[in-house]
Amino acid sequence: MMNPKTQNKVAIGTLYGVAGLVVLILLALLGYILVSGLPQLSWHFLTAPAKAFLKGGGVGVQLYNSFYLLILAMLISFPIALGAAIYLYEYAKDNWVTTTIRTAIEILSSLPSVVVGLFGFLFFVVKLRLGFSILSGAFALTFFNLPLLTRSIEDSLRTIDTTQREGGLALGLSRWEAVTRVILPAAVPSILTGVILSAGRVFGEAAALIYTAGQSAPALDFTDWNPFNISSPLNPMRPAETLAVHIWKINSEGIMPDAKAISSGSSAVLVLAILLFNFAARYLGKRLYKRLTSA
Amino acid sequence: MMKSTQQLEQQLKRHSKAAKLEIWGKVVSFSALILIVAVVVGIIGFVASKGLATFFTNHVSLWDFLSGKSWNPGVTDANGKPEVGALPMIMGSFLITVLSAIVATPFAIGTAVFMNEISPNKGAKILQPVTELLVGIPSVVYGFIGLSVVVPATRAIFGGSGFGILSGTCVLFVMILPTVTSMSVDALRAVPRYYREASLALGATQWQTIYKVVLRAATPGLMTAVVFGMARAFGEALAVQMVIGNAALMPGSLVDPSSTLTSVLTTGIGNTVMGSLQNNALWSLALVLLLMSLVFNLIVRLIGRKGRLQ
Repeated sequence: MMNPKTQNKVAIGTLYGVAGLVVLILLALLGYILVSGLPQLSWHFLTAPAKAFLKGGGVGVQLYNSFYLLILAMLISFPIALGAAIYLYEYAKDNWVTTTIRTAIEILSSLPSVVVGLFGFLFFVVKLRLGFSILSGAFALTFFNLPLLTRSIEDSLRTIDTTQREGGLALGLSRWEAVTRVILPAAVPSILTGVILSAGRVFGEAAALIYTAGQSAPALDFTDWNPFNISSPLNPMRPAETLAVHIWKINSEGIMPDAKAISSGSSAVLVLAILLFNFAARYLGKRLYKRLTSA
Repeated sequence: MMKSTQQLEQQLKRHSKAAKLEIWGKVVSFSALILIVAVVVGIIGFVASKGLATFFTNHVSLWDFLSGKSWNPGVTDANGKPEVGALPMIMGSFLITVLSAIVATPFAIGTAVFMNEISPNKGAKILQPVTELLVGIPSVVYGFIGLSVVVPATRAIFGGSGFGILSGTCVLFVMILPTVTSMSVDALRAVPRYYREASLALGATQWQTIYKVVLRAATPGLMTAVVFGMARAFGEALAVQMVIGNAALMPGSLVDPSSTLTSVLTTGIGNTVMGSLQNNALWSLALVLLLMSLVFNLIVRLIGRKGRLQ
């Protein structure tokens, strides 16, 4: 039997070892992505269209699709999430209806993204005949995003001191006005942080997209901005493979001779984008907070 | 005279602009909420109706589905029954989930304890940002790294193709590690400071305080963290599909190619015709996946309730 002091030393030492090992694994992971991916990056890689059977293709179309889908998905999901969060924060009574609704939101957030994607396939692609299209993909991403975004906006609203709301009500504002004119502006910085962080998650999502936005990226004509033309980048009815789907696709098909190099480069782009989203969330949040509160 | 009283009455009884706005706002925000609930009900309803068709339309018995060992929905066996035994995939999913949770839990909790109890300074400076960043890394990136690092390594050490449950476990271990760690940190943070002070004041060493006080008090939170990690591992599709080998066979060993519910779904659903038995059988797998995620949800709830009572 060790005495407690030696035991303490051994245990703390072990914990140092465990934490060190975890840091090592995580840093190795990040390092591997960046070291193998960064050399692939070039202007050509980021803008050129992909080639199916030849070397030297790029990910231009996929990168554009990722951003277009992200923006569409955020445009659809943000107003819904905002409305839902406002209701939960301001109007929802503490009864079984609210509990049920909260449970439903929790269930939606815990559903595997592949299930959300399959539902999107069944409902939008097949039932509503939208086909494999940006629109189907954007709806699937919306479902994936809604519960997390709702919760993050509601949390943001809750961080604002209730005296502000009470002050508004005491001045004769209606509850809706108190929320939208007093609480909401004060919560903008932290809402924005939540939105950007969820954008990062949406940007890298693939499982919900392979059967909704499709796995092919038709060539785009970046001079044609009429949304009704099939080769227009703005057309929401065309199939659109995103960067994350692209990585999966070329690795599981394996007909591209430089699939590994392209995947490394794409992974690095994805990780850099996530990094960027993270920093932007922090920086903009702080900046806006200073501006709006004159602190 | 008469007319003006009426007018006055009308004016008084009319909703003010603010009151109208209030009603409008309440209705709009409530409809947004109802929309989310409708989505949840829709997903469960659609997947269930498709998934149950295997049993009601194609008359496959539930027992055959859950216990059958050969998955080949296009083929009928000697008795004329279609081969829709989902046991290999169910086994694969559970094995990979449990194994990755077993490996990840000590690392995650150890790291969380280090971050919160032993060296909060280093924790906040190095570990916190790194784990936060890694939580956000897309799963296909994990899958790609698994494919280019883990699979060749497994092949070199254990022989065979390198694809299999072991590779899948390695990938999922790294993937759920940041999630479980950051949730464990939250759980440890929720333990009041005076618990530690009381224990140390009684003469307990730091390790005794951690082991006998902090970890015990944080148990429900830590369990929730692990269950969340398991739920994520169970539902992960692409990262697993890329390294598991996709052979719908009973896993003979950890380094044989096998499959999970999610991997069969991602590879199969595009190659089958809507409404056919092959397609319905896949939807039944999706239903199993959905039900399991509900079960994980329930477990989290039960842990939460038990934790509150103490």
